[in-house]
Amino acid sequence: MIAAYRPGTSIVHRLPAGAKIVGLAMAGTFLFFVANVASLVVCLLAVLALYPLAGLSLRDALATLRPLFVILVILVLAHAWLNGWEVASGSGLRLAALVLFAGIVTLTSSASAMMGAIETGLSPLGRLGVDVEKISLALSLALRFIPMIAAVGAEVREAQRARGLDTSLVALAVPLIVRTLKMGEEIADAIDARGFGTTRKDGPDRST
Amino acid sequence: MIRFSGVSHRFGEREVLTPFSLELAERRIAVIGANGSGKSTFARLINGLLMPSAGQVWVDDLDTKSNGKAVRGLVGFVFQNPDNQIVYPVVEEDIAFGLKNLKVEKGEIAGRVAASLARFGLSHLAKEQAHRLSGGEKQMLAIAGVTITQPRYIVFDEPTTLLDLRNKRLVARTIDRLDETAIVITHDLDLIADFDRVLVFEEGRIDFDGAPRDAIARYLELMA
Ligand SMILES: Nc1ncnc2c1ncn2[C@@H]1O[C@H](COP(=O)(O)OP(=O)(O)O)[C@@H](O)[C@H]1O
Ligand SMILES: [Mg+2]
Repeated sequence: MIAAYRPGTSIVHRLPAGAKIVGLAMAGTFLFFVANVASLVVCLLAVLALYPLAGLSLRDALATLRPLFVILVILVLAHAWLNGWEVASGSGLRLAALVLFAGIVTLTSSASAMMGAIETGLSPLGRLGVDVEKISLALSLALRFIPMIAAVGAEVREAQRARGLDTSLVALAVPLIVRTLKMGEEIADAIDARGFGTTRKDGPDRST
Repeated sequence: MIRFSGVSHRFGEREVLTPFSLELAERRIAVIGANGSGKSTFARLINGLLMPSAGQVWVDDLDTKSNGKAVRGLVGFVFQNPDNQIVYPVVEEDIAFGLKNLKVEKGEIAGRVAASLARFGLSHLAKEQAHRLSGGEKQMLAIAGVTITQPRYIVFDEPTTLLDLRNKRLVARTIDRLDETAIVITHDLDLIADFDRVLVFEEGRIDFDGAPRDAIARYLELMA
């Protein structure tokens, strides 16, 4: 669901990532207080207008919404049934606008820029004893390994298809989890070996 | 110098390295032997990723047990699968990781990363996503990420096993040119022909210790 970065030089691209993330948080808060359907339509259109401004097409906007489509439909139908059509269309519009805004942020900011911004944003928490360095490493690892785990998943599925097995969730999950755990062990060793956390105190000595 | 004195290692009940003592002072040392003979365990003892069940491992007179941090600084480690040791999504960020851990200043990091990219032929990939690199490029990135902190020793655990012939040769040439002392675990016998010393592991003990030719002969005998 994290839209991949599209490098570019538009004004939206050039905004600092931190500003865009703060903007997203503010838009989220603001949308929460807008209840009127007409105003929400205006908000949605305003967010949509950011796409061409960032050199992106409306098709990109649709692609951002697609993974959420089912959830969106369920949300709207449930609200319609429980609270009537006005509330239903309001929450549908609100969610769509928010997702589109998030899409703009991730499409126009590189992962490293976002991470840098999050790190800077979190750094005051360092004084309160929060290990900002660890949080930032965890975020980086997630970004680094999501494509890798996806690749492993594709590989496992292919191997099973080659053996004439139907793809079942269990058949996919078991080898995937086994390989991911094995991978995790080695990654932990590599992080240790490369001196993470050693300037604070001695790294974990994992004797067996 | 790396020194093992009365070292053995067990995982639970199983002794995977039987007691041995050894001094390593040569510039190029290879370790060969069957799968499961204890090579990786031996390698992990050198930089304190594992602590010996008995005995001591010394790196330049630092005991790995009491000086884990200093030892990690002295000994770099390159794993078989570079995928599992590249931790940052973007090439240049990954190279910077070791320097960030040492709290090197930002400006200095940028310069040293650029130099390292150039040294390992990765400059054109600086901003690339690490998962898009080829196997050989990933292994070069792994080596760049390890050498950047200027360790004195580098342990390679089967660095060429997953590579095609061209990339095997690229990595071999790269190891050959390193200033650092290299301890290389490998199944690639071509790689070690010019090494100063070769250890042959067999079922948890050092079966042979000597020149490449004799070591390879012994290894082939064991494999037969
Ligand atoms: N973390 C572990 N826990 C239990 N046994 C292990 C562990 N790591 C390795 N072993 C066992 O120790 C033996 C030596 O392994 P290893 O040092 O990896 O050999 P090599 O690198 O020569 O293939 C093998 O039999 C292996 O199964
Ligand atoms: Mg091994």
